[in-house]
Amino acid sequence: MDTLKIANVTLSFGGLNALTDVNLNIEPGLITSIIGPNGAGKTSLLNCISGFYHPNAGDIFYGEHRLTRSSPHQVSNLGVARAFQNIELFRGMTVLDNLMLARHQNLKYNFFQAVVFFGKASRQEAENRRFVEDVIDFMELEPYRKRTVGSLAYGIQKRVEVARALTLGPKLLLLDEPMAGMNVEEKEDIVRFIMDIQKERQATIVLVEHDLGVVMDISDYVYVLDFGELIGAGKPEEVAKDPKVIEAYIGED
Amino acid sequence: MEEHKDILDYTIPQLLRWRVQHSGDKVALREKDFGRWISYTWKEYYEYVRKTAVGLEKIGLKKDDKLALISDNIPEVLVVAIAAQAVGGISAGIYQSSLPDEIADILNYMDVYMVFCGDQEQVDKLVEVRDRIPKVKKVIYEDPRGMRGYRADDWFMQIDDLYVLGEEVLKENPDRLEEMIERGRPDDVCHLCQTSGTTGLPKGAMMTHRNYINMGVQITKVDKLDEGNEYVSFLPFAWIGEQMNSFGVAMATGITVNFPESVETAMEDLKEIGPQFIFGAPRFYEMLRSQIWLKIDDSYWLNRRFYEYFMKVGERAAVYRMSGKKMPLALRVKSWLGNIMVFLPLTNQIGLLRLRRAYTGGAALGPDLFTFYQAIGVNLKQIYGQTEITGIAYMHRDGDVRPDTVGIPLPATECKISDEGEILSRSPSVTAGYYKLDDKTEELLAGGWLHSGDAGFIDKDGHLVVIDRLSDVMHNKAGEMFSPMFLENKLKFSPYIKEAVIFGDQREYIAALINIDPIVVGKWAEDRGISFTTFMDLSAGPEVAELMIKQVIEFNQTIEKEHFRIHRFAILYKLLDVDDSELTKTGKIRRKFIREKYDDLYTALYDPSISEKKVEAFFQYQDGQTTTVQTTLKFYTME
Repeated sequence: MDTLKIANVTLSFGGLNALTDVNLNIEPGLITSIIGPNGAGKTSLLNCISGFYHPNAGDIFYGEHRLTRSSPHQVSNLGVARAFQNIELFRGMTVLDNLMLARHQNLKYNFFQAVVFFGKASRQEAENRRFVEDVIDFMELEPYRKRTVGSLAYGIQKRVEVARALTLGPKLLLLDEPMAGMNVEEKEDIVRFIMDIQKERQATIVLVEHDLGVVMDISDYVYVLDFGELIGAGKPEEVAKDPKVIEAYIGED
Repeated sequence: MEEHKDILDYTIPQLLRWRVQHSGDKVALREKDFGRWISYTWKEYYEYVRKTAVGLEKIGLKKDDKLALISDNIPEVLVVAIAAQAVGGISAGIYQSSLPDEIADILNYMDVYMVFCGDQEQVDKLVEVRDRIPKVKKVIYEDPRGMRGYRADDWFMQIDDLYVLGEEVLKENPDRLEEMIERGRPDDVCHLCQTSGTTGLPKGAMMTHRNYINMGVQITKVDKLDEGNEYVSFLPFAWIGEQMNSFGVAMATGITVNFPESVETAMEDLKEIGPQFIFGAPRFYEMLRSQIWLKIDDSYWLNRRFYEYFMKVGERAAVYRMSGKKMPLALRVKSWLGNIMVFLPLTNQIGLLRLRRAYTGGAALGPDLFTFYQAIGVNLKQIYGQTEITGIAYMHRDGDVRPDTVGIPLPATECKISDEGEILSRSPSVTAGYYKLDDKTEELLAGGWLHSGDAGFIDKDGHLVVIDRLSDVMHNKAGEMFSPMFLENKLKFSPYIKEAVIFGDQREYIAALINIDPIVVGKWAEDRGISFTTFMDLSAGPEVAELMIKQVIEFNQTIEKEHFRIHRFAILYKLLDVDDSELTKTGKIRRKFIREKYDDLYTALYDPSISEKKVEAFFQYQDGQTTTVQTTLKFYTME
């Protein structure tokens, strides 16, 4: 597995710097969290990694590959998947269809093969369905397979969002506030899923999350952003004691 | 049936082997996994049992060792249970919802040696109480998800590893399973079934191979099932009803047991399978009916009109169907039309189209539910029995279904009512007793009869009517038994009656205080232009009194036993209420309290010379203010 290296990345919108000279490494196989107050640049950073934004300066490397100028689909082909903070699913489609669609880039058959749906086309569809069913089983979505996403409870939709990212079979998974707006029980479920994803699907996880309790509990490493700058980094217990971090979160006393 | 005679002398593993010879290539188990139904034939089922049994023996399971199972229903539960029985061990089901401490207590009480868990959730409970259960030597689990942390610990074992172990032994000794199951005897204890004790620790009923197989044979003598018929396994395995079906009925008849994908998908999976028979607690049928009502409500108006019209037709037809009488031609035509237009599509929607019989047991089912299901063409029948008799002693027969009874005894089951009014039964399915509880066993099986603890009577058609728990019944002056709760519930079948309190302990007749239902009776009064102000005013009206007299007359007519009839009653001027301590928090009547609070009314009920009485009603409002109102209460004597 590869290390994700973010080197001197700066991102600005007009005169506003969303990220200023950020340096960080995401080590393979770990759960790395990025925390910080609202507007600190966490989501901007994820957007840079996944190719939605291109940094004004600096570089992003995923192993050998330079992602700095890559488009989102190129990044995703490298095995980097992302679950969005605001659920980005097709609300009118079923859970199953949403997940099958996410496997689209793994389909290699052509238009003619699709029309006759024989040989390669049906074989690949079956393979993809098998993969998707494995994810459904993993994320415990069996009861909702045939339900439209829009009709599901918010907590379940979030789970589908994570499942959609998983159907890409990611080596690196970016989770943007997967627990926002959830109750305690739903949060506990998601935490269990995240840990299982790390251990059983051998994925590296980058977690952006506001719930510090959860972050300190499950992270192997934590980066702290504030106003686009990296103000702290370390193991959870180290970060929790860092006066700069405390100040950013609670303010000066 | 000759073949039935043979199989009654088999053990469960022997019966499985017999099944393989008989219908080895038919589907025995079907499980939904990854969105697909995966089938296992009887042969494959037996092969799994073979390697599991040999594997269990290899890791140290011996004769009479206990193996507990805590899991949602999956094929592996049956495989492991029967494998343990093949070795000579005793399986035991534990409810998945049990808390860690409860599990520890049960495991210790039952001296459990090995535990099978479905998934991490159950394994974690054992980990939590591990130091309390030193007798448990091995924990076998099915789903490896989340178990990575336990891999290194050899207290745990994944079932696949057990299979591999079994296969290795079988390479050297391929006939090991046959050698083991030859040793089994039909009267050996094979399963400890937790009984639903209302207080304290649950008891474990020792069930024998013969208990289950006899049950499977006798049920299907009454209601035939064919090889390849479908059954959906959604009841908890620890409940006798599920074991009765998956050990007894399935193997005796060769039906297919289907396992839902997860507990949450059971209803969807039921629809996909379309079973020929189902078995459930009243709650299940209530839930199903609410779903139907919801869907009908959501339907467009033409559908709703059809449904409403044909439901009335269906209810009338149901009366004939339940009693086995022939319908008049006009009704038969309408009922046929109703089936085609509404009920067949409707039952298809919920997956009950192919259903031949549905059974309900465990608690009493309201008569309206019976009529509902019979009206839509679902042949719902009541059973009565307890864990200690492998689930069923009494059962309705087709064409002889009555909502107020639990039917007649199963074949090979003797039943009688003791002098105290207790229901006693005797059959080859009666348990060998409670595990390690000799005094309790003696009580249970005194005189060679199974003591149910329930009071009941046999009516003129030979149907059993269950009244109440024996400890809750009362006796009149002549020493005849009656159950106040039974009569109250029966009285409350009338939509106009909200609550009723029955008196008569050590008295010459039965008397009642009745609460009218303010909404139903209020609407009834409005429809007839009867004016009223308050509940008290409505209760005291002469028209309402007539209505109530009619209700009591109807009640008295449906009551079979003379001494159950209400002789005198009064309509109470206020609703019984939790805040006035007249009802418990769960809505049950606090009999003793009411008897003392309304002592003057009670006295008047047993003084035939009083026809009305002035009473002072005392009210306390929610803000604490109190007020006293004068009213006249009338007492009515029934002929």
